[in-house]
Amino acid sequence: MNLYEYQGKALYRKFGVPTPEGYVAFKPEDIKDVTKDVVIKAQVLTGGRGKSGGVKFASTRDEAVEKAKEILSMEIKGHKVRAVLVEEKLKIEKEYYLSILIDRSTRAPLIMASPEGGVEIESVPDERIFKYRVNPEIGVQPFVGRALSKKMGFTGDLAKQFTKILMNLYRMFREYDAELVEINPLVLSEGKLIAADSKVVIDSDSLYRHKDLEENAEEKTPLELEANKAGYAFVELDGNVGVIANGAGLTMATLDTLLLYGLKPRNFLDLGGTDSVDITKNAFTYVLKANPEAILVNIFGGVTKCDTVAQGIIAAKETFNIDMPIVVRLSGVHEEEGRKMLADAGIHAFADMRHAIEKLKTIMEGSQ
Amino acid sequence: MSVIIDENTKIIVQGITGHQGHFHSGEMIKFGAKVVAGVTPGKRGMKVHDVPVYDTVEETLVHEPDATMITVPAPFVKDAAFEAMYNGIRVVYILTEKVPLHDALDIVTYARSHGHIVIGPNGPGITVPGKTKMGIMPNHIFKKGTVAVASRSGTLTYEIVNALTLNGYGQSTVIGLGGDRITGLNFVDVLELFEKDEDTEAIVLVGEIGGTAEEEAAEYIKKNVSKPVVAYIAGRSAPPGKRMGHAGAIITRGKGTAESKIKAFNEAGVPVAEFPWEIPQALKKVYK
Repeated sequence: MNLYEYQGKALYRKFGVPTPEGYVAFKPEDIKDVTKDVVIKAQVLTGGRGKSGGVKFASTRDEAVEKAKEILSMEIKGHKVRAVLVEEKLKIEKEYYLSILIDRSTRAPLIMASPEGGVEIESVPDERIFKYRVNPEIGVQPFVGRALSKKMGFTGDLAKQFTKILMNLYRMFREYDAELVEINPLVLSEGKLIAADSKVVIDSDSLYRHKDLEENAEEKTPLELEANKAGYAFVELDGNVGVIANGAGLTMATLDTLLLYGLKPRNFLDLGGTDSVDITKNAFTYVLKANPEAILVNIFGGVTKCDTVAQGIIAAKETFNIDMPIVVRLSGVHEEEGRKMLADAGIHAFADMRHAIEKLKTIMEGSQ
Repeated sequence: MSVIIDENTKIIVQGITGHQGHFHSGEMIKFGAKVVAGVTPGKRGMKVHDVPVYDTVEETLVHEPDATMITVPAPFVKDAAFEAMYNGIRVVYILTEKVPLHDALDIVTYARSHGHIVIGPNGPGITVPGKTKMGIMPNHIFKKGTVAVASRSGTLTYEIVNALTLNGYGQSTVIGLGGDRITGLNFVDVLELFEKDEDTEAIVLVGEIGGTAEEEAAEYIKKNVSKPVVAYIAGRSAPPGKRMGHAGAIITRGKGTAESKIKAFNEAGVPVAEFPWEIPQALKKVYK
């Protein structure tokens, strides 16, 4: 789950990572008196807001209210602005970069730090991004801060500040089950290192133990949210073939195959490893809401009972009065019974994926 | 010789009285696995498929177990895995999905520094046809043979194993690495085992988009693998995934896509099948 900047910064403060003075405003009336120049930043779950006009400056309250109104009514790359963060405007002497993420290939947390932080960080050459692989059994001890400080060019008090920030950030990363914590830029302002921005992603599978975190709606369509709530992995795509399959890998392979056959999937729907009539039947609810022109069901049963799946498909066809073509691939336990039940109900059923998709292609081409 | 487990491996099941543990331990026994004990706190004295149930892993040590299958709910996986490793169990297979990432990190870190093997989390396990099975792969799709399979998926693995069997290619070992971002084994680890395994003559890798495990596998194959390898990559059609801040872009630098993986495999002399059912044809070209 992505956190908004203001949520991430609240966690930074909790763990002793310095942030600029400021507050979050959900409506223009929340804007307080302005005693020194402020920056007003759109709170939105996407990057590139600066370039889209989502960051503005103000010197008086009237000006701040005006700009907050403007930003609050904006949409940035299709994302609604939730709030604005109003912060003291820092005197920036230099921008650095610091992040910690879980690196899949080394199966360890990875610290990345660069003396060339800022919006162009992705084009900074590899040799100017210093990487340190954390052994989780050792954690981040002060020596890691000292070693990275040398590379970053920090000495004396700055090296101490950097080490403290790094250790605190790692503590937060572990305690809050983060997939990523990123400070870009980490700014040097009047002798202090301050986290001027925050990007925090919390592992969704661990949210049950972080009840203090407000749940942010994910970047999903209303239909996706509805289907996910019902327990289906569901993603909307832009084609016209509704897809129901089991297992993420097989569902992905089904979409790939459709495309290679010149057919376009309307959605990704992974039933999961289940064999209940209702779970199969209800999956059609979401696919139908996406208005496809045909539906492909691809089930490699394994231990799933195919007659149960067939019952679910037939129940869906009857309950929802589906008159568009349905093509089914059904393989697994009791597969012959399952396919016979489908055939008796007038639904095309095949033992393998290839023939099902070829049949679907013939039908789709015939209807054009 | 087999990879990781064989017909003599004594397996315990943590969570054996749960729905998954109960059903799959029965299927494993039918396949020939030696399931010697189960663990569910508070259920000591019960029997599941004639297998005795205990309260703790320590109590199962009288059966000298070598491996455990963990089927407990996600919040309890870390505890269960450490209980097993603390008690000296060498192979820890975690079936459970949605295990918190940092719990998986702690489990895998400990395992790697103390000589344990972790399979999963969130994978279908390991099957050695004709010998044993630990996990949830369907029994009827396998045939004993010489092709080793490693996969990041579940059902897609069955699809491909089934295609192999139907085309006369039996399997030596089939491993589901697990679908999570941190797993105990990756492709490089199992390639090393398959290369050494006398029962394995050819290797099938089933990868998917995300991460750089396939690219690393391709590099490893170039230098270290003499046996023929073929691959399938799922997710060619997937839209670009959600960005992981700038850090995600810095760490992958363009890798992780289906194109990057296919290119890496091709450069390592590994044919990549376009469709899952074409794996046997691809094998025919490089193997027999």
